[in-house]
Amino acid sequence: MLRVLSAAAIGLVFGTGIVIAGMANPAKVLNFFDVFGTWDPSLLLVMGSALAVTFIGYRFVLRRPAPVFDRRFHLPTKRDLDVPLIAGSALFGIGWGIAGFCPGGAIPALGSGEPSPLIFVAAMIGGILGANALKAAFTRRQALA
Amino acid sequence: METSFTPIQALLGGSLIGLAAVALLTFHGRIAGVTGILTGIILPKGDWNWRLAFLLGAIAAPAMILLLTGMSLPLQSDIPSWAIILGGLLVGVGVAFGGGCTSGHGVCGMARLSTRSIAATLTFMATTFVTVFVVRHVLGGF
Repeated sequence: MLRVLSAAAIGLVFGTGIVIAGMANPAKVLNFFDVFGTWDPSLLLVMGSALAVTFIGYRFVLRRPAPVFDRRFHLPTKRDLDVPLIAGSALFGIGWGIAGFCPGGAIPALGSGEPSPLIFVAAMIGGILGANALKAAFTRRQALA
Repeated sequence: METSFTPIQALLGGSLIGLAAVALLTFHGRIAGVTGILTGIILPKGDWNWRLAFLLGAIAAPAMILLLTGMSLPLQSDIPSWAIILGGLLVGVGVAFGGGCTSGHGVCGMARLSTRSIAATLTFMATTFVTVFVVRHVLGGF
């Protein structure tokens, strides 16, 4: 119970940060990338401050033997650069540039009651499910070959 | 659609995002990547409860801000629905193959100095930049 409440509280802090920063506002996000038009450099400071706090905080946290509510840290183990990483990230950027929402911006935006984040999140979940079905089919074919 | 430069809100909001990332690792041992947290719910891995709690907490943020300050979330968008759907599908497929988004790769992965996350972030920042340029200055908007 405490574990779930803690996750909800941390989610609330995350969402509050996203909303205050303007990451849940598509016009602000897209303007950050529009250097030759209506440029708004705000997101540079968002990324910079988020990164600085996380960089320093992680150094201290990872000195602990384990997190508070779990037996171990769950950190990504892959190290090599591969085609899915780069191609997937490239596609993500194209989608972000078209819609102005990224996953972390769209989820808190759902709470605004506006229809556009709902449309975005539904399409994004469709994309994740489709991509995973494709990955599973590919893995099965490789296993058979 | 113009927006004004908001350095104070940007620094405050960014710091809160970082604080949440540090807290999630401290208490739950997890990376605060929204793609990863969400994917663990839609493709269930058996530990959906903390994931759902995190996302619901994030969704509650605009309501809490409205309650405390009386300010509603400024959500400005002139993107037509078909483009939001196209963008959503591309984002979904992209993060599923790329293994993360702005929060997971861009903040948490970069803070761990992960080579994969640095490469992913440079890639999506570049393609977003090019996409916005093409949409706004080549196509003249949607």
